[in-house]
Amino acid sequence: MDRVTVDRVTKYYGDKLVLDDVSVAVQEHEVVCLIGASGSGKSTLLRCIADLVDFNAGQISLDGVSIFDESFGRNGLHKRIGIVFQAYNLFPHMTVLNNITLAPRKVHGVSRSESEQNARDLLRLFGLEGYADSYPEQLSGGQQQRVAVVRALATNPEVLLLDEVTAALDPELIGEVLKIIKDLKDQGMTMLIVTHEMGFARDVGDRVCFLEGGRILEEAPPAQLLSAPEHPRTRQFLQRIIEAGRL
Amino acid sequence: MIPERSASSAPPAGRTLTAKEKYLPSLISVTSVVVVVVVVRRIVVSAEQWPRIRAQFFNIEAMIEVFPAVLRGFGVNMSVWIVALMVIAVWALVLAIFRTLTGPWFAPLRVFAVVYIDLLRGLPSLLMVLLFGFGIPALQIPGLPRSSLFWGATAMVLSYSAYAAEVYRSGMEAVHDGQRAAAKALGLSQWQTLRYSIVPQAIRNVIPSLLNLAVALQKDVALLSVVGVRDAVREAQIYTARTFNYSSLIAAAVLFLAATIPMARLTDYVARKDRERRLQRTA
Repeated sequence: MDRVTVDRVTKYYGDKLVLDDVSVAVQEHEVVCLIGASGSGKSTLLRCIADLVDFNAGQISLDGVSIFDESFGRNGLHKRIGIVFQAYNLFPHMTVLNNITLAPRKVHGVSRSESEQNARDLLRLFGLEGYADSYPEQLSGGQQQRVAVVRALATNPEVLLLDEVTAALDPELIGEVLKIIKDLKDQGMTMLIVTHEMGFARDVGDRVCFLEGGRILEEAPPAQLLSAPEHPRTRQFLQRIIEAGRL
Repeated sequence: MIPERSASSAPPAGRTLTAKEKYLPSLISVTSVVVVVVVVRRIVVSAEQWPRIRAQFFNIEAMIEVFPAVLRGFGVNMSVWIVALMVIAVWALVLAIFRTLTGPWFAPLRVFAVVYIDLLRGLPSLLMVLLFGFGIPALQIPGLPRSSLFWGATAMVLSYSAYAAEVYRSGMEAVHDGQRAAAKALGLSQWQTLRYSIVPQAIRNVIPSLLNLAVALQKDVALLSVVGVRDAVREAQIYTARTFNYSSLIAAAVLFLAATIPMARLTDYVARKDRERRLQRTA
């Protein structure tokens, strides 16, 4: 069954076409990776799905229901779709615990004790016990990004969107973040991942989509797309990645 | 390999300062300042007009005589200042929030804030104090206070809030866009985003600038003297009018300096701490 359906979505920023008739579907428990050069529209696509930006045409649905449907209520969609950003975007003036419990408490009406218990359980699960009362700036980049993942998971979303979550990290910190994403995949989380880590896309992706100029040029299982791409542009892109030593 | 040097290791040898190198610069500074002060004092004191200036401006007996009244007046200045600060801190934040609200339903609040800030920043505070401090009591509207002190202080609050609102707004705009995106992604409403994410960070950003405004207000409350409020300046003027001696104004000046200089130092200190905090974050 399709969890997330993106159907012929087109988006302009001013005059600039950033998503050009994009269609993609993510099934339950499936992990789909989006790759492509900067400016190809990958991140914008995630932001459209998370309802952070509007789009000009097309439709995005969750379980067959448009994300703009009134049945979601004011916050229903944001509870069911979580997103993690490249720059973590943690609230710097709040402790880790408050970062995680803010949405459950203030948006979804969970009691403080229950949300804190849940947050501590999640922190332990992601190897972050002991950091509940720290402030984001006291943590390493990798730890901050893991906290951001925990924060996105605190409302029990059914779909997790990851927007270049390792791009801002020092190389030696990337592994710890990728590991928890793998764990999430093993637990059956449905994910749509924008990434520049081709090896990672091969490891966790059930499917990989290559975007360029706001279009999905090629879509295939990772083994196929990364080793034997059909489209010449995909080949060119992967060639550059290989030359940069990133595959 | 570049050898690593821990932060605690001693500085390289050969850089130990001799006593001369250590103390000579300070010695030169102190001596030169003392010499300049002595020379200037000699010139001033030897001037033909100096005895008259001293009698008119620096008459110790006059200062002692007027001091209780000026000090009492200065108490008024400081009370007005503190109350005004608290009101401004809140009202300016409200204005700044009005101004940043998006959405068609908030248009009236937004327009109100824009017009308010434009008007009040464009008018001299003195004009506002005169208009409110004399004008409103003269209307004798039943139910409204008729004290010039109240209305003069209100004018100061209205005037300074326009500046403070712009300071808050710049602080809110300086909060990274990613914070709004994160808040929205978590389902926070516009109001909750302001309340829990943007405003707390903005306040931290603008505390040094707000303190600067507070120092400016600390002396500008003396404007209330023009509408007859018996503050330090007014008390000093009353004495001057009676005796034709200006030492009372100098006495008031000393009191203002005693309050504003520590405030200015505190502002510098807070600004420096704030800069260090930002540097640390980007490091």
